[in-house]
Amino acid sequence: MTAMRRFLPGWLSSYATLYILFLYLPVIFLPIFSINTAATPKFPLSGITLHWYEDLPKTPALIDATWNSLLVGISASILSTVLGILAARSITRYRYPGRRAINGLIMAPLVLPEVIVAISMLLVMLQLGLSLSLFTVVLGHVLVCIPYSMTVLTSGFEGFDRSLEEASADLGESAFGTFRRVTLPMVAPAIISSLLVCFTISLDEFIIAFFLTGTEATLPIYIWGQLRFAAKLPGVLALGTLLLLASFVLMTIAEILRRRAARRTQNEGGLHA
Amino acid sequence: MTVAAEGSPPLRMAGARRNPLLQSEAVQGFALISPTFVYALILLVLPILVVIAHSFWTQNYLTIDHTFTLENYRIALTEPIYRDLLWRSLYISLTVSLLTVLLAYPIAYFISFHGGRHKSLWLFLITIPFWTSYLLRVMSWKVILGYNGVLNSGLMGLGIISEPSDALLYNSTAVIITLTHAWATFAILPIFVSLEKVDRTLVEAATDLGDGPLRSFLRVTLPLSVPGVISAALIVMIPTVGDYVTPKLVGGKDGVMIANAIQAQFGKASNWPLGAALSVTTMIIVSLMAGATVLVIRALQRLAR
Repeated sequence: MTAMRRFLPGWLSSYATLYILFLYLPVIFLPIFSINTAATPKFPLSGITLHWYEDLPKTPALIDATWNSLLVGISASILSTVLGILAARSITRYRYPGRRAINGLIMAPLVLPEVIVAISMLLVMLQLGLSLSLFTVVLGHVLVCIPYSMTVLTSGFEGFDRSLEEASADLGESAFGTFRRVTLPMVAPAIISSLLVCFTISLDEFIIAFFLTGTEATLPIYIWGQLRFAAKLPGVLALGTLLLLASFVLMTIAEILRRRAARRTQNEGGLHA
Repeated sequence: MTVAAEGSPPLRMAGARRNPLLQSEAVQGFALISPTFVYALILLVLPILVVIAHSFWTQNYLTIDHTFTLENYRIALTEPIYRDLLWRSLYISLTVSLLTVLLAYPIAYFISFHGGRHKSLWLFLITIPFWTSYLLRVMSWKVILGYNGVLNSGLMGLGIISEPSDALLYNSTAVIITLTHAWATFAILPIFVSLEKVDRTLVEAATDLGDGPLRSFLRVTLPLSVPGVISAALIVMIPTVGDYVTPKLVGGKDGVMIANAIQAQFGKASNWPLGAALSVTTMIIVSLMAGATVLVIRALQRLAR
């Protein structure tokens, strides 16, 4: 039994390492084959080239898709973070009947099949007479981003010491002044983290954009269109690699900020304990 | 600090006296959440109601006939093609959720109990691939499993097979592998959270009272982490049943799932009411399956005690 106790962590840690490999391995093939000279992705590589990357900026459709994605991503991240701030603040600060039910509804897009969410929104938008465009994509992305924004923000708002705000109100600040000068600086890292998370989700999101866009493509829709042509695969792999890199960088920054936010509010709480 | 804390209740009461209605917690809290709530009502609840309404109507070429009918549900449940697609989707999502939970549990356990100071680094490493584009992750499996893909060329290079196998891609197994990979993180996190909540003194008590590591795990840790297992299973099962990208890219003819049929009704086939009925049927059946899964896990939990 004692032997087992000693061996178990060892086995588990090798299993964990293998599992991490399983998680990363498929993704790593994208950058590897994006620098391959041959168009078919197989080993051994026939030669190394940056040719596929050099071709990317020469594709007008890709440039358009990039701008569309940036526009959608920035709008969706700002809107969903604003809505997320209101909701997360309300959930963490106030107690009222129906709080849990409302929270559940707001978080629901996280666990619903995306296709069903997308086609239901499509039906309503067509019924309302909205023509499909990047604007409808933004509306859809905001709905699926809010749960993530809420998660990031509630962890930033929780443990936030109420007495600081009360002290500010006590000293004569208005409610808005207190929010701007006390609350906001404390939760700023969480807010930026939420913006980055939502931007990344919107940048990578395919299904909702696929159903709700008109003629304008975002980057994932552009990739989807290119996947039909085997000869275009290396270009798609190169573009995919750049997208992976962007997601990776954005999420690392978001994580660092989220942790800083959590530490900041917890430290303040710790002072009072 | 204690002075500030003691000073605050009278302050709030003074505020309440000023304007009891506006100052009340409930009203303030509700007012603050209402924009987000209304957004979810308009873009989630209303759309789902519209889909349910459509499922009882009929497509009449370019217009919708609004007379009530159950015909779409009859088609969704009895036409062999939709019935088969629905069964396959349920089978795939059940298998995927079972696999992800089984594979994820040891990881979550390892990080929670043996993660030490690297706990947050492990969590970060596990969540990062999840943030990369879902489309790209599915695409990379196509690169791996394809006829000229990594696995085939690798196996040929090692001399295990003499010619590429086409059995790897374009079937439901490929769909299951890809989805299991894509949803791994979603299963690890809830299990990890519930394992973190397990009171370590209970495990120590079991050990002190003579339980070996396996027994104390089976009788203390595992039953206490059941809520995490349940939410992990559901959080994987419900979305995967309606997955569109994976079956389309790696499923081939044998891996088509219900979402592909739903999409077709809103695209080429242009039969919205049937697409709506298929969506509603899928949601109801997957909810029933989710409910059954919860009951089964709870029953197993009682057995373990």
